[in-house]
Amino acid sequence: MNPIFKHGPSPQHRLIMVLILSATFIFFDHKMGSFDVVRGYLQSLVSPIQYLASAPKNAVNWALENLGSREDLINQNQQYKANELLLNAQIMQLDILKKENDRLRSLLASPARTDSETMLAEILSVDSDPYSHQVVVNRGANDGVFEGQAVIDDQGIVGQVLHVGTITSRVLLITDVTQAIPVRISRNGIRLVANGSGTLDRLTHNFVPHSTDIREGDLLVTSGLGGKYPEGYPVGRVTRVRQDESRPFAQVQSEPVAQIDRLRYLLLLWPKQKASLFSSQPSTSSKEDNIGKVK
Amino acid sequence: MFAHNGIIILLTFIVALMATIMPLPIAVDAFRPDWILVVVLYWCLALPNRVNVVTAWLFGLLLDILLGSILGIHAAAMALSVYIIAGNYQKIRNFSVWQQALIVGILSALYHLLVFWFQRFLTDVVFLPHYLYPVITTVILWPWAFLLLRKIRRHFKIK
Repeated sequence: MNPIFKHGPSPQHRLIMVLILSATFIFFDHKMGSFDVVRGYLQSLVSPIQYLASAPKNAVNWALENLGSREDLINQNQQYKANELLLNAQIMQLDILKKENDRLRSLLASPARTDSETMLAEILSVDSDPYSHQVVVNRGANDGVFEGQAVIDDQGIVGQVLHVGTITSRVLLITDVTQAIPVRISRNGIRLVANGSGTLDRLTHNFVPHSTDIREGDLLVTSGLGGKYPEGYPVGRVTRVRQDESRPFAQVQSEPVAQIDRLRYLLLLWPKQKASLFSSQPSTSSKEDNIGKVK
Repeated sequence: MFAHNGIIILLTFIVALMATIMPLPIAVDAFRPDWILVVVLYWCLALPNRVNVVTAWLFGLLLDILLGSILGIHAAAMALSVYIIAGNYQKIRNFSVWQQALIVGILSALYHLLVFWFQRFLTDVVFLPHYLYPVITTVILWPWAFLLLRKIRRHFKIK
């Protein structure tokens, strides 16, 4: 039954009410960050929708995996075997090198590097919002995921965990505008900061002096400064260096090495010991602590 | 909201939410139509006494949670776009489907620009033309969504 005379507040009043509500939400979420805990619950609340939405994709993947031809499977299997052989050979070397490196580091009174534990996670959904680059993965607080955790794929750093729900969590990618990672050039150790640019294939580096020794093709790895990301994982490759003397700084751009646009499986990293600030640069004040840790 | 098969309205919204976050290949992803906006606009035109600015705001907020954007941005943009329809639904109802599609296109552009302006105000994003690609697909989607939703409304006798 359609009432001719409507009851309740007029559209204007409703609009003003919800706009005021929005403004409060935006203020408290963006400026105060007071929704961080609530967001976790909200994330858990909507995860059924996310699971449902990714169901068709999962079904197609399942079909592709299960309907693969015998020949393909045999080929793949052979390839994996060959890869395994190669990797095993490298691991043998790696083990020795690692021990040697630890010994040398302990001689220098630097803290030994610890392996991080990893967990495989699968992407549930990629956000269609062009303003924020985030993905949702199928691991949450139940699996021990925590906020600020580093996330990698098989090539390099992908991002960090932003909100943790019970069974899902949200990963902020390195290309997001709000994200910046401390990196260094693996060739010569010069430190830079990689800022997300909002485009999937570009990171920008601000405040790089003209005299910096940086070339196109340089590999950028995490420097471990800031304590969020473990040291030494590849982040990007320099694609463009423009040294225009009329500008105060050189313009440097790089491309993420992780395949940000075709992610499927990710690895979540757990540092074995809590990463301490400046852990790779022993200063005089923290030297005693570091030696203590090594022993 | 749940009387007279109102649950069907909720179901259409859930399907729209799923379509909004469904993973798509990157080439098509920029052209994803505004499913939620289309569904809210249809129900607001058809049953303005059931679906109004507040409903639009609530689903905008859900969208904020699902997309991980700052809470309230999509909600405010959605409420503002739907408000225009809520004020003129008697006029727009009488237009042909294609005229409606054009109006929906303008509203969709407004919605995207509003979201961009809010984001611009809060973080330093830059405008890229592909932020407005969804407008094209939304215009194309409207007639089909309109016919389908009208069929649903008549079949389930939602009043």
